[in-house]
Amino acid sequence: MPLNRRQIAWRAAQDLADGAYVNLGIGLPTLVSDFIPADREIVLHSENGVLGVGPAPGDNEVDWDLINAGKQPITLVTGGSFVHHTDSFVMIRGGHLDLALLGAFEVSEKGDLANWTTDDPGFPPGVGGAMDLAVGAKEIRVLIEHTTKAGTPRIRRHCGYPLTAASVVRRIYTDLAVIDVTAEGLVVRELVEDIDFPTLQAKTEASLRPALDMKVLSAPAV
Amino acid sequence: MIDKRVRSLAEAVAGIPDGAIVLCGGFGSAGLPDALCEAVIEQGARDLTIVANNAGTGRTGLAALLAAGRVKRIICSFPRSAGSVVFEELYAQGRIELELVPQGTMSERMRCAAAGLGGFYSPVSVGTRLAHGKEHREIDGRLYVLEKPLKGDVALLAAHRGDRWGNLTYRKSARNFNPTMAMAASLSIAQVRQVVELGEVDPEMVVTPGIFVDRVVEVAI
Repeated sequence: MPLNRRQIAWRAAQDLADGAYVNLGIGLPTLVSDFIPADREIVLHSENGVLGVGPAPGDNEVDWDLINAGKQPITLVTGGSFVHHTDSFVMIRGGHLDLALLGAFEVSEKGDLANWTTDDPGFPPGVGGAMDLAVGAKEIRVLIEHTTKAGTPRIRRHCGYPLTAASVVRRIYTDLAVIDVTAEGLVVRELVEDIDFPTLQAKTEASLRPALDMKVLSAPAV
Repeated sequence: MIDKRVRSLAEAVAGIPDGAIVLCGGFGSAGLPDALCEAVIEQGARDLTIVANNAGTGRTGLAALLAAGRVKRIICSFPRSAGSVVFEELYAQGRIELELVPQGTMSERMRCAAAGLGGFYSPVSVGTRLAHGKEHREIDGRLYVLEKPLKGDVALLAAHRGDRWGNLTYRKSARNFNPTMAMAASLSIAQVRQVVELGEVDPEMVVTPGIFVDRVVEVAI
């Protein structure tokens, strides 16, 4: 069974290291904050000047002065802090974040990332902090659905959409697989049950190869 | 005696010239100087260039200023967001120019202007369309693009508390671009939720010192 969006976020959360400073991009990655493993302290950064993002507030705790990059209300964990934008991007651009989890339109086999414009003339582009994060965080991982709703592969030989940054993505979490971008190409670390490798390859434009110890990708019902 | 307090929004935005570059604080609706944006409609300045992270939501505040046809150009990192209906209409009709700038680049360009610097070399956007036409330079083996300072004629700011010297404090993530913009404009105007007596704000808590602020107006919200 393919994972649902929350399960993709759950899977990405399992790889977060204790003590890591992590930025969650808008969209799918934002869901990761609901699945931080209880035995680890992870400091979540939001580009708008929040270090120590906590879970979503209850209905009577919403404070519109306290929002995330997606403009949704959040909470602050004990020990959290606020900075202004320039300092927030010192954290991002200056290599102070261990990891950024980002959404994407497309990722290439070289780890090129495209997530800011589809060049649709009726749909204005929006870059936000994506380019800053893509070159500034120590590591970039991407959370995406394996194909578009129309079934077009999002993992491609070359990105068709304009790049956000070249050769930055190291790991890709999808509803079907966990894939590493390596010097030798894309390596599938985990694959969901019920789908065989040739089927996964058929949904992927870039060439894949299975890891020698490829595991089953599964997630609890969340 | 220094007294930067003004009694009305009209007084706060008086004198903004046509064609001004206006830095507008806020991220989404947090820390957005809605009342000042709407006061600029009354004040009458036109052909403005707005520098703001987003292009307004709904039909109030910054979106109202756009809807009134006073903005010819917007410099922005993320114009499209939930509720950015006015911008999207103007953009589709070709009635507003958009300069898209990565968020950290936008912020640092303003900081450069504030600090009297001629620009900076940034690795952000290298190899992308947003680097086209920019000077590239390799420094210690890494490729950078030259980004120039971005100075405002006016900054419209939203803060939490302010005093008659113009010292400002902020609340939570409503701080965002406001402190940088306060430093980067010739005329910085702050709407604050509460004007307090000089000395009431702990000096350790002042985020924007009054040297960067010209006018303070209380807008209780």
